[in-house]
Amino acid sequence: MVDVRSGIGEALPPPEVEDVELYHPHSWWTRYVFSQDAKIIAIQYATTAIAIGMVALVLSWLMRLQLGFPGTFDFIDADAYYQFITMHGMIMVIYLLTALFLGGFGNYLIPLMVGARDMVFPYANMLSYWIYLLAVLVLVASFFAPGGPTGAGWTLYPPQAVLSGTPGGKDWGIILMLSSLIIFIIGFTMGGLNYVVTVLQGRARGMTLMRLPLTVWGIFTATVMALLAFPALFVACVMMLFDRLLGTSFFMPAIVEMGEQLQHGGGSPILFQHLFWFFGHPEVYIVALPAFGIVSDLISTHARKNIFGYRMMVWAIVIIGGLSFIVWAHHMYVSGMNPYFGFFFATTTLIIAVPTAIKVYNWVLTLWRGNIHLTLPMLFALGFIVTFVNGGLTGLFLGNVVVDVPLSDTMFVVAHFHMVMGVAPIMVIFGAIYHWYPKITGRMLNEALGQIHFWVTFIGAYLIFFPMHYVGLVGVPRRYYELGEMAFVQESVHTLNAFISVMALIVGAAQIVFLFNLVWSLRRGREAGGNPWRATTLEWQTPETPPPHGNWGKDLPVVYRWAYDYSVPGAPEDFIPQNQPTPSRVGHEAVS
Amino acid sequence: MSVAVIFLTLVAAVIVWWLARQRLASRPWLEVGHVYDRRSGTPPPAAKIGLGVFLGVVGALFSLAISAYFMRMASSDWGTLPLPGLLWVNTGILAVGSIALHRAKMEAERRNEEATRTALLAALAAGLAFLVGQLFAWRELTAAGYFLAGNPANSFFYLLTGMHGLHIVGGLVALGRLTVRAWSMPLDRRVRLSVELCATYWHFMLFVWLVLFALFSGWASDVVDFCRQLLT
Repeated sequence: MVDVRSGIGEALPPPEVEDVELYHPHSWWTRYVFSQDAKIIAIQYATTAIAIGMVALVLSWLMRLQLGFPGTFDFIDADAYYQFITMHGMIMVIYLLTALFLGGFGNYLIPLMVGARDMVFPYANMLSYWIYLLAVLVLVASFFAPGGPTGAGWTLYPPQAVLSGTPGGKDWGIILMLSSLIIFIIGFTMGGLNYVVTVLQGRARGMTLMRLPLTVWGIFTATVMALLAFPALFVACVMMLFDRLLGTSFFMPAIVEMGEQLQHGGGSPILFQHLFWFFGHPEVYIVALPAFGIVSDLISTHARKNIFGYRMMVWAIVIIGGLSFIVWAHHMYVSGMNPYFGFFFATTTLIIAVPTAIKVYNWVLTLWRGNIHLTLPMLFALGFIVTFVNGGLTGLFLGNVVVDVPLSDTMFVVAHFHMVMGVAPIMVIFGAIYHWYPKITGRMLNEALGQIHFWVTFIGAYLIFFPMHYVGLVGVPRRYYELGEMAFVQESVHTLNAFISVMALIVGAAQIVFLFNLVWSLRRGREAGGNPWRATTLEWQTPETPPPHGNWGKDLPVVYRWAYDYSVPGAPEDFIPQNQPTPSRVGHEAVS
Repeated sequence: MSVAVIFLTLVAAVIVWWLARQRLASRPWLEVGHVYDRRSGTPPPAAKIGLGVFLGVVGALFSLAISAYFMRMASSDWGTLPLPGLLWVNTGILAVGSIALHRAKMEAERRNEEATRTALLAALAAGLAFLVGQLFAWRELTAAGYFLAGNPANSFFYLLTGMHGLHIVGGLVALGRLTVRAWSMPLDRRVRLSVELCATYWHFMLFVWLVLFALFSGWASDVVDFCRQLLT
């Protein structure tokens, strides 16, 4: 069907997709605020996500203060503690990671990397951001509502989420939380349609799917998954909102609250768990796949070597995306389900380790005998591989039903998922910001500040979460406001908890260095030029930096090669951009 | 969750079929040069693909809600809801809207402006009539004492018809804007495309409604029982 010929000298075939008519902004407002340019929307998404992420960071400080030094701080009572947990988890997973990877990096990188002028539906793209902002505002409003935000835990399990024993259960907290999620999903769907259709229909001439950088593959697959998984959360939120506001019994069983029989009856809390985790598990990979993709590009660029096993990487991304839809019940081993189901879901869960391990091997083999530059993006990429392997290995423990049941309610799980879907993707986000900041602003981030940021964050994250595994193995339960007098909790656990809390404060403070760097380098950073990393992908080949509205000037780029032509033998430089048709490839044998 | 899993399997089949045509086994590192596409014809417009993806999302939404319906149905407090006869009329009206839009699409392809406009208006009227009919059906049920919170069967009826109705409202907004455009300007390529997209959306919503109707009337669960018997 599609043919690739090395006939460079021949006339260019006619374009398959005609050049698009761009929306031309007329005023400052439509240019920078209500902008339809994907790059501006990306920056808006990223700024909002980082801002709300800082709130979640402060919440984690407050939690750690309570766990490390119980009873010292009067303003943290049990209710407040649960509210901190809930909001920290929900913000980090949905409003920071999902929004930043797909809304932020997706918007910035997809059009540039595939060689398009903009997203295919710019107006819907703009709406997507403003609806996301509305969702964030509704979420923030719950901090100021009577009764405060919900304290139901980020999983929002009914019936406790809508009862008076839970903070915000009978007040505004849970209502605002569910509404915010519903709004978020509507907004995301608008953006998600854009990302998918742009990759399908907006690619430049010559950009076949197998020439796409892995970043685009990761974001693309994650978006498809998100579009199919978020409806589950949507349905669950709407149904719980009905239960809370209109007295239905979708999830609510017959229940006595404060000595009073409630109207509800017959509802199934397990039904909610199924719906929630049908979304919740793919969500892990919605966050992880863009990270996988980005890290592949960072490693290849900064090790000056083509990615090892490109095809295998693409297949692994697609297979992981597919498998992640049939593992959801491994979050429900302790819900009392049929043991045969447990066996099925444990098997599928462990099978996912195969494509994931292939990816890790390929990253390591890309580094093998590469010309490794220990730049900041590379440091963060290496940090990602280490933390991801670490968190993935404890995932193999927890994927087994018999190991999961005793560990399920302990800090071990907290340590596991923070390693694998907290620290690891955040490492990639930092690496990606250090990598693409020069393209976004035209200036480099400060190297010295970046080094401080990396080492404190990386070592600090280990000092936080490594001891936490031990705390969990000893049997310290999670979700507890304070441990009190428990025979099995040794003195060492309390000491460790205090240590972890101090580390959390330090790592949090290191992020201020990062934020300062972002702002300071905007004006004072070193001039970057168009392609400071000497990278091959299209976004580095724009005629201007930062790229203006429309990205490419008069003519769209034409793609002649894949995204990883680094250190090609015989080439004059150690990289060949994707849009460069040089024929000098004699004797080139790629490894794979 | 079996309904949702079946739906996702269908989506996965489409994705695999599409991926299979993308030369995923090629060796991009050895292939330098121009790409020649030997497939004939122009690629489908982005809006068409966009609608297809969107319908996938809507399908996921309804299949998950239907999964929840079946799971909740298994509990002992599930009552029955007498379906108002009006729903048969509404089904007919929705089908009329679908036929009208199909006709609008055919006429637009023949560049027959007058007939296209009439068909669009007819579809718009049918859509509005369907919504009004659904509201009357709701009123009939509440008047008979079948309230939202009374029984899970009622709750699901109102929830699912409400979700479907909101999708029809969204469709009507798009259809209304299209009708205004079709009256004020000649049938250029973009208007013709919009007519086609509206028709696709309407057919899809008709299909969803038929599934929901089958669900409420109990045929769907008969089918599910039958399948279960076949399996065991």
